[in-house]
Amino acid sequence: MLATGACRPPPGQDAAVPLADPERGQLAIERVGCGACHTIEGIRWPQGKGGPALAGFQRRGLIAGRLPNRPDVLAAFVRNAPLLVPDSAMPAMPLSETEARDVAAYLYEIGR
Amino acid sequence: MLEGWPPPILDPAGPYAWPIATLSWVLLAMGAAVLALVLAALWVALFGCERARARVGGTKVIWLAGIALPAVVLSALLFYGLTLTSHLSDRIEGDEMRVRITGEMWWWRVAYLDEAGEPVLHDANELHIPVGQPVVLELQSADVIHSFWVPRLAGKLDMIPGRRNLMRIQADEPGVYGGQCAEYCGGPHALMGFVVVAHPRAEFERLLQARLERSAAPAAEDAPDAVLFQSAGCAACHRIAGTAANGAAGPDLTFMGTRQTIGAGILPNNTGTLMGWIANSQAIKPNNRMPSYTMLSAEELRALTAYLEAQQ
Repeated sequence: MLATGACRPPPGQDAAVPLADPERGQLAIERVGCGACHTIEGIRWPQGKGGPALAGFQRRGLIAGRLPNRPDVLAAFVRNAPLLVPDSAMPAMPLSETEARDVAAYLYEIGR
Repeated sequence: MLEGWPPPILDPAGPYAWPIATLSWVLLAMGAAVLALVLAALWVALFGCERARARVGGTKVIWLAGIALPAVVLSALLFYGLTLTSHLSDRIEGDEMRVRITGEMWWWRVAYLDEAGEPVLHDANELHIPVGQPVVLELQSADVIHSFWVPRLAGKLDMIPGRRNLMRIQADEPGVYGGQCAEYCGGPHALMGFVVVAHPRAEFERLLQARLERSAAPAAEDAPDAVLFQSAGCAACHRIAGTAANGAAGPDLTFMGTRQTIGAGILPNNTGTLMGWIANSQAIKPNNRMPSYTMLSAEELRALTAYLEAQQ
């Protein structure tokens, strides 16, 4: 019992983004063109290579190599990356707060 | 992907597009009626009673339904089609607004012409027009055959090397109308899009005036970002009016900050897509003629992007 308990992921790790819709997130990704830099599972075109490929956020360690991998942080990062990581090459993107949460939900959804 | 691209093809928005859409629907309806008639005759021939079958195979039916009916219907259709579309091939007088559009592998060079036919304003991959009036396009090609097609505004017209083809377009409502190269021109032909932006008359006049003034005015040369634009090599292919950047191989970037799209009408223009395009355009539009600038630092990439966004 003790052993299985120890293997459980920390709380929050498996939490979906509350009140967000991955399908709307996919539409937002296509509309603003995240694919111009990122190859993203489920996005056929474009499959950009300016930034890292995106999948499996559910199992990932840090966001951008330095932020805690939490839904609220990921949603804030996809909307305004330079605010959280000032020297990141990733710019702020024209997403509303709701859309940013949807995008985060999509990124947690893919490559589970 | 840019909203509205690839453009819808049966949603006309001007007098040079609706006759084509109408004719398409009429042809489709008539084709359906003929198909129904033939299938009905076939059904009778296979399953009808003896008398009906004899009738379907009779000389009279063949003369009437097989020869007279098609002759009448097709002649009427020809007359209707030619009448409906006659104004599409009206003689072009030359007192209308004129723009020269040159097909390039795999983008569009745009030059607004004055009354004498001389270019006064350069742009790329985007055309601004006033609403409710015809605009004449001089279509030509710099390399292979392309075909200019903005389906909501007009039919297709080929851009043929060594020739100048004229066509009219007109938008009845303000808006953004997607276009697409419609003649296979190699490599990323499928990613050779275009947009037409139709403005209310007064707004268009203001835009045109502002752009003419911007084209004539010198820009600040010594801004560090302008120097980077030179040293990174961008200026070898791209022009920005009033600066030392005067490359002619690629799209003119004088108004890049206000352009709707990146990569010739295919992606929305925002900081992210512009950055992604500069950093690795080959991943977005494989084999396009702009190399991927993977050697730029994040800081340089940001600076170049900001410089281009300020060009308007």
